[in-house]
Amino acid sequence: MVKPPQLKVPQARFSFHGGIHPPENKTSTRDRPIKALPLMPRYVLPLHMHIGAPARAVVAVGQRVKKGQVLAQATDFISASIHAPTSGVISAITEHAIPHPGGLGAMAIILDADGRDEAIEPMTPWPDFTAQTPTELRGRLREAGIVGLGGAVFPTAAKLATGSAASVHTLILNGAECEPYITCDDRLMREQPFEIVQGAAIVLHMMGASRCLIGIEDNKPEAIATLAEASRADARFETIAVPTRYPAGGEKQLIKVLTNVEVPRGRRATEYGLLCLNVATVAAIYRAVVLGEPMIDRIVTVTGAGIVQPDNFRVPLGTKISDVIAAAGGYVAGTDRLIMGGPMMGFALHEDDVPVIKATNCLLALRPQDRPAEPAPQPCIRCSLCAEACPADLLPQQLYWYARAKQFDRTVEYHLFDCIECGVCSAVCPSHLPLVDYYRFAKTELWAAERDQSKASLARTRFEFRNERLERIKTEREAALNKKRQNLATNTAAIEARDAPAGATVGTFDDAFGTYQPQPVSAPAAGLDTAALVITDSAVAAARARAKARRAQLDADRAVQAHANIQIDAQEATEEPAKAQAEPSKNNPT
Amino acid sequence: MMTAILVAAGLALAFGLLLGIAAQWFHVEGNPLAEKIDALLPQTQCGQCGFPGCKPYAAAIAEGRADINQCPPGGDATIKNLADLLGVEPKPLNADNGTAKTVPMVAVIDEAVCIGCTKCIQACPVDAILGAAKQMHTVIAAECTGCELCIAPCPVDCIDMVPVAIGIEGFRFPYPQTQRVLLAPPLATPTPTVVDQPANAKLDELTRERIVTHG
Repeated sequence: MVKPPQLKVPQARFSFHGGIHPPENKTSTRDRPIKALPLMPRYVLPLHMHIGAPARAVVAVGQRVKKGQVLAQATDFISASIHAPTSGVISAITEHAIPHPGGLGAMAIILDADGRDEAIEPMTPWPDFTAQTPTELRGRLREAGIVGLGGAVFPTAAKLATGSAASVHTLILNGAECEPYITCDDRLMREQPFEIVQGAAIVLHMMGASRCLIGIEDNKPEAIATLAEASRADARFETIAVPTRYPAGGEKQLIKVLTNVEVPRGRRATEYGLLCLNVATVAAIYRAVVLGEPMIDRIVTVTGAGIVQPDNFRVPLGTKISDVIAAAGGYVAGTDRLIMGGPMMGFALHEDDVPVIKATNCLLALRPQDRPAEPAPQPCIRCSLCAEACPADLLPQQLYWYARAKQFDRTVEYHLFDCIECGVCSAVCPSHLPLVDYYRFAKTELWAAERDQSKASLARTRFEFRNERLERIKTEREAALNKKRQNLATNTAAIEARDAPAGATVGTFDDAFGTYQPQPVSAPAAGLDTAALVITDSAVAAARARAKARRAQLDADRAVQAHANIQIDAQEATEEPAKAQAEPSKNNPT
Repeated sequence: MMTAILVAAGLALAFGLLLGIAAQWFHVEGNPLAEKIDALLPQTQCGQCGFPGCKPYAAAIAEGRADINQCPPGGDATIKNLADLLGVEPKPLNADNGTAKTVPMVAVIDEAVCIGCTKCIQACPVDAILGAAKQMHTVIAAECTGCELCIAPCPVDCIDMVPVAIGIEGFRFPYPQTQRVLLAPPLATPTPTVVDQPANAKLDELTRERIVTHG
């Protein structure tokens, strides 16, 4: 291997609180170049492989798709589209196991490859991206389904949109790759520095930023040298070697190390004019903008002593993890644990029949003898080693006590949600307490409580609205009834007034319904203008007569109809035995 | 003497007026305590407490007409919260009202059996059932509280209560055990390649060092 020219690269002048230096374990893959995977027969693309709303499938089962075609569209501002990794036929859109700490499944598009790997017409390449407005470029990133590849898989278009509103002056490229075992960013920086620098230039153009700091841990001298060389021509770029200390690749930690800006709790880096992106993300931005390619693959490190030939691969999204392991030579006998992500922040998979998603940066297979013994947790002795090591400046033991006691409101007071789950506290704990497990438990409990709360308030609103509606209907009905009664009363009063002088008998009221039953009028009262009332009465009588006539007519019609029906029935009855004989099996099921 | 009386009377009048205005100005609709209680109730609107909904039950507790242990959907958690709010001792759930539910449920209509009688629609306290006379009905799952009030009126018994499906959004990490228990079972390696030596002997040495694996 040709040694890259040695350039003088500045060391980071600042530092972050806490952190540890776990064994790096990167030697087995750091010198393994990125390889392409052969075409697999089947790809599984979960609709929700990013932060935010799940994408909505826009293809139908049985539909033929080409490589790069949109399979699922982003549904929200914070959402990302999903594209076909190769050409083939959509065989199903169904629930499929996904990489998840709980081993759960989710809706996924199943693509059966046809082996031709035909690509769809790419989006218009924009080699001169400076001719495009930031809004157009953001639209392109959204179209291409670009998400942050550093681990959070946050849709990049949304991140840049919030950033552009906050006048960012410095772009920070995160090439720290601080977690043990993982070398995918290292390989990318060494093999494709041009893509990274160009991608960063696109982001600088989009944000109107004037400076780009590339932070790389000093255990990757080749990557530092390569990127420093690739960006030498552009005065806006500065490559900085960051001391190797986990978790230097955390966003807030890297910002602190490079700029000494401490982003406070509840604030975003963009509010301080800083935007932090992973090197793999900006390389994907370059490919989306300059080449017009959507995000259909990512680099994955397959490593650990449980893998026959640890390696780095460019893996099409949706490839089964079992296929990737097979490409790396398969498992070493005795391997009993497969972790997605690194040993610090990753989680153990329940099975390997799950797809590689946008968040899959590393697959780590281990045998029992490759891991440290996991002794039973002892009681917390309040040594506060965790607090000294916490890179987020929290009090992990306080959080632990409150999470253990399920006093979740207190964990929030102790800033549980600032915990980045880096695992440093668990690593340094002399009592071997699974501290991060407690924080994850507390976080999901709090989220569940929040969901219950919002569901309860929805139910309350709907219940109250329903009651209001029922009340309204009741009042309206009563008002209508009252009006009717009033009209009747007025009529009755008038008739009484008309009849009374003549000494005629007065009609009676049916108390239950307030219906007036008038007696026959004997003689019109003198001196009272009752003409209208008389007309009303005769009109009523006429209407009744009409109704009676209609009823009689109807009855007569019905009688005729019934007679006809009887005749038809009789006819059918004579036909029936014949039919029954013709189809005995149908009428007499055995 | 007279001055003192006048001053006192004047002050009394002034403050009385002030209080009167304040009472008008800061007038609160409804009973604030009942609202606080209502906020703690699960809003299932199931009526198992003996009142037609959570709000009437909250009002009854506030007026001392009902006890705090009559809400089966809320269970012990709600009783504890109510006890904390009202400053009384928590007590076990009143068995007369029903038993506490452990898993959230949602109603599902067997659409092939439904005859479209609208009886369940009238029974639903939160308007979570959609349909019309002689048309198929269906439950809006996101708005169903699992109160079971629609089950009894159904003449064809086509409504079932099923546990709410837990998707990835609803996933909750379990309470950590005293023994560290992995969420994932040991990975079954279906076709273990017969290689006992790792590719890199140096790696073997390195991986023996302490690493921490979560998950």
